[in-house]
Amino acid sequence: MHEPLHYSDDEIRGVLRDVRVIAMVGASPKWNRPSHFAMKYLQQKGFRVIPVNPANAGEVVLGEKVFARLADVPVQVDMVDVFRNAEAAGPITDEAIAMGARVVWMQLGVVNEAAAERARRAGLRVVMDRCPKIEYGRLFGELGWCGVNTGVITSKRLRSGR
Amino acid sequence: MSEKQPDFGFATRAIHAGARPDATTGARNVPIYQTTSYVFEDADQAASLFNLSTFGFIYSRITNPTVSALEERVASLEGGRAAVAAASGHAAQFLAFFTLLEPGDEFIASRALYGGSITQFVHSFPRIGWKATLVDPGDPENFRRAITARTKAIFVESLANPGGVVVDLEAVAAVAHEAGIPLIVDNTLASPYLCRPFEWGADLIVHSTTKFLSGHGTSMGGVLVESGRFDWARSGKFPSLTQPEPAYHGLNFHETFGDFGFTMKARAVALRDFGPAMAPLNAFLTLTGIETLPLRMDRHVANALEVARFLEVHPRVAWVSYAGLDSSPHRERARKYLPRGAGSVFTFGVKGGYQAGVRLVEACQLFSHLANVGDTRSLVIHPASTTHRQLTDEQRAAAGAGPEVVRLSVGLESLDDLLRDLDRALAATG
Ligand SMILES: Cc1ncc(COP(=O)(O)O)c(C=O)c1O
Repeated sequence: MHEPLHYSDDEIRGVLRDVRVIAMVGASPKWNRPSHFAMKYLQQKGFRVIPVNPANAGEVVLGEKVFARLADVPVQVDMVDVFRNAEAAGPITDEAIAMGARVVWMQLGVVNEAAAERARRAGLRVVMDRCPKIEYGRLFGELGWCGVNTGVITSKRLRSGR
Repeated sequence: MSEKQPDFGFATRAIHAGARPDATTGARNVPIYQTTSYVFEDADQAASLFNLSTFGFIYSRITNPTVSALEERVASLEGGRAAVAAASGHAAQFLAFFTLLEPGDEFIASRALYGGSITQFVHSFPRIGWKATLVDPGDPENFRRAITARTKAIFVESLANPGGVVVDLEAVAAVAHEAGIPLIVDNTLASPYLCRPFEWGADLIVHSTTKFLSGHGTSMGGVLVESGRFDWARSGKFPSLTQPEPAYHGLNFHETFGDFGFTMKARAVALRDFGPAMAPLNAFLTLTGIETLPLRMDRHVANALEVARFLEVHPRVAWVSYAGLDSSPHRERARKYLPRGAGSVFTFGVKGGYQAGVRLVEACQLFSHLANVGDTRSLVIHPASTTHRQLTDEQRAAAGAGPEVVRLSVGLESLDDLLRDLDRALAATG
């Protein structure tokens, strides 16, 4: 186990506010896989999520065509969400840098410090060992609905939307 | 990456955690969502909710906004990751074990427990195929010696009911973790204000919120809290958390929800299928109670210490078992684990045995003779003739509930009135 990473709520909120198009590497067509959950949730919150997975290239998942590699994605991608292990996150990060993404996000349990450093040097923002679905839910008022300690304490009313 | 954000203080969280102003109406206090069910936005959102792929409300057996606010508040006060509430403390215990155990599994419990928990473990759980082994918690090695290949958890009360016993949480947690199993702590009698079991290595906490958290004797309830730090995958002992769960269409809770997977599974399977949900009104009353928890606990502890000192020198009292007294063998552990005081529930032995105990409770005019603890009102009971009646003599003695034992839950009244009432009742025992 590694030491937990710390990101301020403002940092994460900033990333989620800033991003519109997400390429999700490792997105699964199976409904009960975590990546499928995250993809569907983020779509409902207004993100466009483009699945990248060589095993399912050409199929349609949740209304989006699946691409084999990041380089095949034909639209500008703001953020690359890595649903793969730490080792695979290395080359995926390099592809994210090459394609001009602004954020690399590695999923819960995925930490690759060397890749993160390369991305930061190239001017990208990096989040590791977090799930964008869970963070969105936590910061925008939904995660407390299932008893999670969001750490959010405020006397301000929640505004709907991002 | 940046520095960790400053944490809010305990008293602030007791009032605010889980309760931001209502998004729609701006209501400052948490509304009582007295509804069974919630309208779906459309068929697709409904499907997402049932699949757990989005957060939201379906049916109040599983989630309810008032209850969720309470869950988040207790999780925050314990320093935990997530919590699920239940209709009672016993129901919260059931949710914990149902989420952990398979038929044929075992767990080890301290024998210094609330009598009802011993009955639940020893008589009712075996009918579901779970075996509890009770051990003397005085020596943490007793837990280690009782571990078998099927042992999946250790269960203790931080401050035991009724006996003034303080368990060495840090040592017992180490025993549990060496065996790759979680430590479950019932923190009911201490409350998170007096004891923070997660800081000593506990992995799950259960509460009967019926007691100090609701605090006014109004509402039954329980909460199960998860620390978020136990590695469910490492030992391979918890397949129903770390492998596809047939009770939820093959969902892998650990992988999908990470450090709150245990709570999600307790809710989506155990609470859904057995149904012991907390009522929204009870959640509201408990939230209101918790707002003053720090103030109340300070006063409970101050009154309890004075009552214990008074009894210790009383001629009709044989002994007093309060971990806050310098004479208590648990004093050192209490200093470590309960630095703000050893709670307000404790026992003493009245001279004259069973009959004297019965006479004492009947002679009280201010202390109420009833089977609860953690009320604003002072309470008294004679366990041998009531709560611990179903146990054998040996079990009663082991649980600190022998024939001469009287249990007090010292409330928030004027101290002089409490001392006068006890003095008069003790006089009636002779
Ligand atoms: C320490 C302890 N745990 C659990 C319980 C059970 O809680 P409930 O009565 O809310 O089911 C009690 C109740 O007395 C208790 O004192």
